Amino acid sequence: MIAAIKSEFRKLFSTRMWWILAIVMIGYLAFVGILMSIMFTLLGDEMTGGAVQGKTLAVTIYGFINPIGYVFPLLIGSLLFTSEFRHQTITPSLLSGANRTHLLLSKLVVSAVVGLLYGVIAVLAMIGSSAPFLQILGDGHYLGDSEVWKLIAGSLLVFVLWTMFGVALGGLIVNQVAAIVVILAMTQFVEPILGLVLGIPEATRGVAQFLPAAAGNAVVGSNSLAMGTGMGDMLTRTEGAAVLMAYIVIFALLCRFITLRRDIG
Amino acid sequence: MVTSPTIEVTSLTKDFGPVRAVDDLTFTVQPGRVTGFLGPNGSGKTTTLRMLLGLVRPTSGSALIGGKPYVELDRPGAVVGAALEASSFHPGRSGLDHLRAYAPHIGVPDSRAHELLEFVGLSDAKERRVGGYSMGMRQRLALAYALLGDPSVIILDEPANGLDPQGIAWLRQLLRSFAAQGKTVLVSSHVLGEVQHTVDDVVVIARGKKIHASTLAELSALASKRVSVDGPDRARISRLAIDNQWQWDTGNRGIVVHDVDASIVGAKAFAAGIELHRLVDEEVALEDVFLRLTSQVDAPVSLGGQA
Ligand SMILES: Nc1ncnc2c1ncn2[C@@H]1O[C@H](COP(=O)(O)OP(=O)(O)OP(=O)(O)O)[C@@H](O)[C@H]1O
Ligand SMILES: [Mg+2]
Repeated sequence: MIAAIKSEFRKLFSTRMWWILAIVMIGYLAFVGILMSIMFTLLGDEMTGGAVQGKTLAVTIYGFINPIGYVFPLLIGSLLFTSEFRHQTITPSLLSGANRTHLLLSKLVVSAVVGLLYGVIAVLAMIGSSAPFLQILGDGHYLGDSEVWKLIAGSLLVFVLWTMFGVALGGLIVNQVAAIVVILAMTQFVEPILGLVLGIPEATRGVAQFLPAAAGNAVVGSNSLAMGTGMGDMLTRTEGAAVLMAYIVIFALLCRFITLRRDIG
Repeated sequence: MVTSPTIEVTSLTKDFGPVRAVDDLTFTVQPGRVTGFLGPNGSGKTTTLRMLLGLVRPTSGSALIGGKPYVELDRPGAVVGAALEASSFHPGRSGLDHLRAYAPHIGVPDSRAHELLEFVGLSDAKERRVGGYSMGMRQRLALAYALLGDPSVIILDEPANGLDPQGIAWLRQLLRSFAAQGKTVLVSSHVLGEVQHTVDDVVVIARGKKIHASTLAELSALASKRVSVDGPDRARISRLAIDNQWQWDTGNRGIVVHDVDASIVGAKAFAAGIELHRLVDEEVALEDVFLRLTSQVDAPVSLGGQA
């Protein structure tokens, strides 16, 4: 297994995708960080009637890291599998070591590490871009505050989980284009809309919090997208992480018993 | 000398939906010899090799390496080296990185990757991305991958595709030297001529079925038996062929009878009172034998000694 994991690391870091995606992520998060921090410090009182300021504002803005950023760990995770099928490197991969369960597990291990790396990068991009504006234009960056530190820890954890989620999803939808389309559609349209639609009626509100994105927000501890509307119950951090883990386990099992049982060739 | 594992394929069958790609195939591949696995396009060579390597699950039958299926081998990457159709590369990865990615899993140090790139003649291109490699360079890289674990069983699918004449000669030498070291070598091809000077044994398949398995020498013996017969009454000659269950066809100078000695044809014709004007033993190229074997799938040719 150790050897298989080492091979997986080399596969990922010997192509350009990991840093290209990381750069796009930095750009996207920094853009949102700058935009949001300027907008809320200058116009926040008018927009929210003074409800979001000080520490709440810092946590809210830093909390955008999950809803804005989670598409990236999902994508890089999914590529761990889809690129093997797209370029047929799955053949040499399974010749080097024929145990297909080990292949899946070593990809999950590697994705956890890569997820942590992406998490660190994302935190730096999000906080690095917004904290200066919060400090200069607003009430402060609150970086010494324990609530902010919990949010950072939650962000790192959720990025680890999203990347593993990506691996499991990519292992189920091995067609690279299909996997990317599904991830983009889910993260950019389906989940936000579904979250809103399910989040409003009393009856379905409970269901909405089990959607992956909502569970991810719970891990971070900041429900940024639902902010201000006062809706959407949120799970606790632990519950959120458990929900994401459940998704990962289910998809990984489906990957093992559907994709990895098929003929390769 | 190493004692390398034997490859044993027994009643191997694979259906892809309605298509029977491999049909009740049985053969063995002995250590210390190069075995050519021959068949026209779509005859099931790659599918057979993929089953042997645990990538495709047989519908029935078994394919064993040293008595075990590939997936049950202890360190398969170090026992068996395989290169299937040379397209399994990430275009954005360099040749060196391709080998380095698999080295840990196979259990060899990175120095082995450099060594092999040198060995296959890619050391100048090893830092370049594979997307820019030519067909022949990809073949060489695939071969380097196959040899990474210094395997004692070597399985190559059409390794000569895209190689230049020097490359082919070099590959031939290499395969001969592996056999001389006692390794088990199985090489597929759709052209007999390509492996004619390399192999000791041949297994010929067509439409998934084995139609011939023997040593190359025995196959060559088949090649020389082609008798051209002609006379004033060609209809009687062809009836004679049918009556004797000879394989025959009409050539440009009469009738061609296969796999029978000219003396026998002459004797039978004499006994039947058929006048002959021509009775010639024709030497044929081995390739013609292969073509003839593979175009008559429904008439299997059996030979005593099987490879
Ligand atoms: N994954 C698959 N799904 C469906 N049919 C397949 C699959 N793989 C192979 N086949 C079919 O099985 C048959 C044998 O194919 P195979 O690739 O084994 O032939 P081959 O002898 O390697 O041919 P070539 O010389 O062209 O490489 C063909 O009819 C092919 O269409
Ligand atoms: Mg083939």
